[in-house]
Amino acid sequence: MATSPSTERRTAAGLLWTPFAALIKLIDLPMRAVQRLIGERRMAYVFLLPNLLFFSLFVFVPLIVNVVFSVTGGAALFPSERPFVGTGQYAYLFDCGSFLDPNSCREDHFWRGVANTARFTLFQVVAMVLFSLVTAVVLNMRIKARGFFRAVYFFPVLLSPVVVALTWKWILQRDGLLNAGITALGGERILFFVDPSWAMFWAVFVSIWAHMGFYTLILLAGLQAIPADLYEAAEMDATPRWRAFWCITLPLLWPNMVVVIVLALIKGVQTFDEVFVLTGGGPGTATLMVVQYIYETAFSNQVQNFGLAAAASVVLGVVLFTLTLAQLAASRRKDA
Amino acid sequence: MAQLTLSGITKSFGTTTVIHGVDLKVEDGEFVVFVGPSGCGKSTLLRIIAGLEEVTSGMIAIDGEDVSRLPASERGLAMVFQSYALYPHMSVYKNMAFALENMGLKTPDIDQRVRRAATMLRLTDYLDRKPKALSGGQRQRVAIGRAIVRDPKIFLFDEPLSNLDAELRVATRKELAGLHAELGGTMIYVTHDQVEAMTLADRIVVLQGGRIEQIGTPLDLYNAPDNLFVAGFIGSPRMNLLPARISGPGTVAVGEDGQVVETGIVAPLKPGATVTLGIRPEHIALAKNGEAGLTMTIDLVERLGGESYLYGSAPGLPQITVRLDGQTSHGRGDSVTIRLPIAHQHVFNEAGKAMGRQ
Amino acid sequence: MSRASQLMLARRKAGRWHWTDIAAYTYLAFGVVLMFGPVAWLVLSSFKTQAGLLEFPPSLLPMSQQEVMVPGNPQPLPLFEVTMEDGSKRVLAQVRRIGIQAQMVDPKDPTQQFRVPIDKRVPVRQFKLATENYTEPLERFAFTRFLSNSVFVTVVATLITLLINSMAAYALSIYEFRGKNTAMLMVIGTLMIPITIILVPVYLVITHLGLVNSLWAVILPGAATPTGVFLLRQYMLTLPRDLIEAARMDKASEWQIYWRIVMPLAMPALAVLAIFSIMWRWNEFLWPLAVLTKTESYTLQIGLNAFQGELQTQWHYLLAMTVVTLLPVALVFVFLQRFITTGIANTGMK
Repeated sequence: MATSPSTERRTAAGLLWTPFAALIKLIDLPMRAVQRLIGERRMAYVFLLPNLLFFSLFVFVPLIVNVVFSVTGGAALFPSERPFVGTGQYAYLFDCGSFLDPNSCREDHFWRGVANTARFTLFQVVAMVLFSLVTAVVLNMRIKARGFFRAVYFFPVLLSPVVVALTWKWILQRDGLLNAGITALGGERILFFVDPSWAMFWAVFVSIWAHMGFYTLILLAGLQAIPADLYEAAEMDATPRWRAFWCITLPLLWPNMVVVIVLALIKGVQTFDEVFVLTGGGPGTATLMVVQYIYETAFSNQVQNFGLAAAASVVLGVVLFTLTLAQLAASRRKDA
Repeated sequence: MAQLTLSGITKSFGTTTVIHGVDLKVEDGEFVVFVGPSGCGKSTLLRIIAGLEEVTSGMIAIDGEDVSRLPASERGLAMVFQSYALYPHMSVYKNMAFALENMGLKTPDIDQRVRRAATMLRLTDYLDRKPKALSGGQRQRVAIGRAIVRDPKIFLFDEPLSNLDAELRVATRKELAGLHAELGGTMIYVTHDQVEAMTLADRIVVLQGGRIEQIGTPLDLYNAPDNLFVAGFIGSPRMNLLPARISGPGTVAVGEDGQVVETGIVAPLKPGATVTLGIRPEHIALAKNGEAGLTMTIDLVERLGGESYLYGSAPGLPQITVRLDGQTSHGRGDSVTIRLPIAHQHVFNEAGKAMGRQ
Repeated sequence: MSRASQLMLARRKAGRWHWTDIAAYTYLAFGVVLMFGPVAWLVLSSFKTQAGLLEFPPSLLPMSQQEVMVPGNPQPLPLFEVTMEDGSKRVLAQVRRIGIQAQMVDPKDPTQQFRVPIDKRVPVRQFKLATENYTEPLERFAFTRFLSNSVFVTVVATLITLLINSMAAYALSIYEFRGKNTAMLMVIGTLMIPITIILVPVYLVITHLGLVNSLWAVILPGAATPTGVFLLRQYMLTLPRDLIEAARMDKASEWQIYWRIVMPLAMPALAVLAIFSIMWRWNEFLWPLAVLTKTESYTLQIGLNAFQGELQTQWHYLLAMTVVTLLPVALVFVFLQRFITTGIANTGMK
């Protein structure tokens, strides 16, 4: 990693580096002056400053503004031009005959999104845990070319959601590979994105395909942390393999499982991009997710309803916050 | 080169005070060693001088100028760390040049200084290497070289030899002594090893519990320890320290059976007062037939050829070590009488302070 | 136990196939097909001609009909294998099609003309990569622009991310100062706030800064990442304090210590963050989608999405551009696979 300065200068990377290094040297002059002024210990604040600036500008201020947006109405973007409506946005959002029936709600799209997201997340988390557990266990067995197989399951994690969605859209389309297979086996072509149930199925499937590798890695790390002598001891006791799995592996892996479950929940609730590119939320609103609702309410509808979008994202934020607390609690238990 | 004055230095971490008012003057060109058991505050004191720790109260002056509030980078001192703290990503050359670059020196000047130091430390062949590719002794020399090139006002050494094996430690110790003779800089050296202290120092500062126990030349400390702590700490093997009572003018009784030993101490102490009688193993002689002395039973004999050690016991006394020149025919279980020459005796009062000699 | 019996036991154990081993390899083989298959299919398809893509059932490899120049015809003519009336087979070029009849010519002897029913001819096909799928959208559409936008966003955002997060990590790992815990808490706090829930107000901030439709609008909001700060801080905490103190003794300013001592030594952690940042930025979708509304400021991801949303999806271009989009990530993965997976396993981030 570290090269001597002479070789560094010769490489192409070195060529790019030189102006950058000169810039850094230039920064040293004012930095030295500041250090002389405030002392070396307080330089910590200087180093922290840019990051905090970014955090406050793009996280803390927006957090507050979000709440301001959610209690104001109108189509204006600037808070000062927006009339105060109190809890009006929330009341509108929650104006439902029955929370279980989106059709009874005034803002039925939001509730459809909630229902879809809930369904999506439920299926996705269960299947995700199951498949990543199986995969992790298999990858942890004494198999040949383990590195290769691990890479196989992992690589979709790095693909962009757009690429993932387009790849599958191409396979699932009317004249796609899958339908070719079905007709070759004597079946009828299926229009996957016209049937609401199929659309939801593939949304879940594709998102598991894309993210399974990540969760598998977490579980694999957990499996590898289980001392091998436990299994040797179990073998000495003539424990059948399934029993060793049930009584040794699962309990010791449980903390990692909890992390996987909670992380998958958090990601699931925020699902947007793959599904959006794959199905566009359709057919109709069959795969419309909450985040897509927020995005469309704020940015792509004719009337940009920032207030309603903000109110919806505050609701989403509360849900995520609860889940994150659960994650922290889980990871603390893991550390303990 | 410079002289250093510490006055009333204290250091607290939260509510615990680790340095309790240290006063010290280090002369220009002097080699001063801080020695003491671990936790005595010697390293903290060095770091305070370096500017790596802020002083809680008191003043540090270099050449009469108060530097107590100056950061480390502006004190003009150089330090050799126990871990060497070589920059692992820089070559030996870069390691030594780094400080010079920071000082804004011109490249040819830097080059000349680095090469001179490298020659002095036999590092010329290793200048392009990374610290990882060096042996322990070579790393050690780079760390020293990094200090030398700076031409600092004062060299600070924080246990620089403790990561070397025994043989290399002796060799490097000698080199350091030679280096001091050659450079003549003011050096402050921290160690827990009293042999290093004795061999290197112009003056030794013995520290314990954040206080200076004694300051003096190595032989001062050896010949006239101020107190029990210094007596026990300086000298190897340790001085024998025997609990005793004043039994009369010029005599003390030691041990359970109250063997009487003559001392030359003019004590303002009344008979019956508790004292500690100290004598170094090398100063004890075996009594010739009929000579008076202390009788002990030999528990163990170590024969090193050129010298022999007898370890003996007497009722109510800690183990007594005797060093004899040459070889001895005594063996385990023998009863011998030992002579404690008055000229080499040390007597400490109940508070552990050395009593005046006649 | 004797060595011989040990050896025997070992061999017996290694030679014995438990049914779970077979199940495992079956599962893995299935996994290879399921995980690699779609991407392989995407790449294969991206080299098919527009006509080739419309075939059903699709052919596995990108094939296209062979064409020949026949004297007397300005255009190259498609080749067919024709079953003649006498049952023999000939390779003929089709001049034109009239209803269910095709007028054909022998390419070797253009004077010989035939009329053939169209169901008696089968196209002569050959393996051919339709590279124009790649070149044309880059020339005719704004994909070059999207590509350069994506590269710009990824590179600049990663540099900024590395710089400001390493500075913060340096402050939080090397110094003791008042407010350190508060700062740490703020960093942890932001970990819980994904862009999805502050979409609208961040848009407001960007509007205030006058950055809508600028690439900086994509770069800036995600530049300070709590994950990055954490990763780097954890690593910097492991650096020996002596080094920093030695540098102070060597008269280095704090900025120099940061830049010349801590940064080079934190290279492994910086590399991990750099790779993650590159992936995040290259793949980022929702936020650019919200803030970039002009075609010329689209990144590749947004461009792809817009392209597929158009009424007539031009799959041949779309597939090729999808491959272009996944290429850098694939390359990164091929070379740094182990690095990335251990990075994720150690940090639990994605």
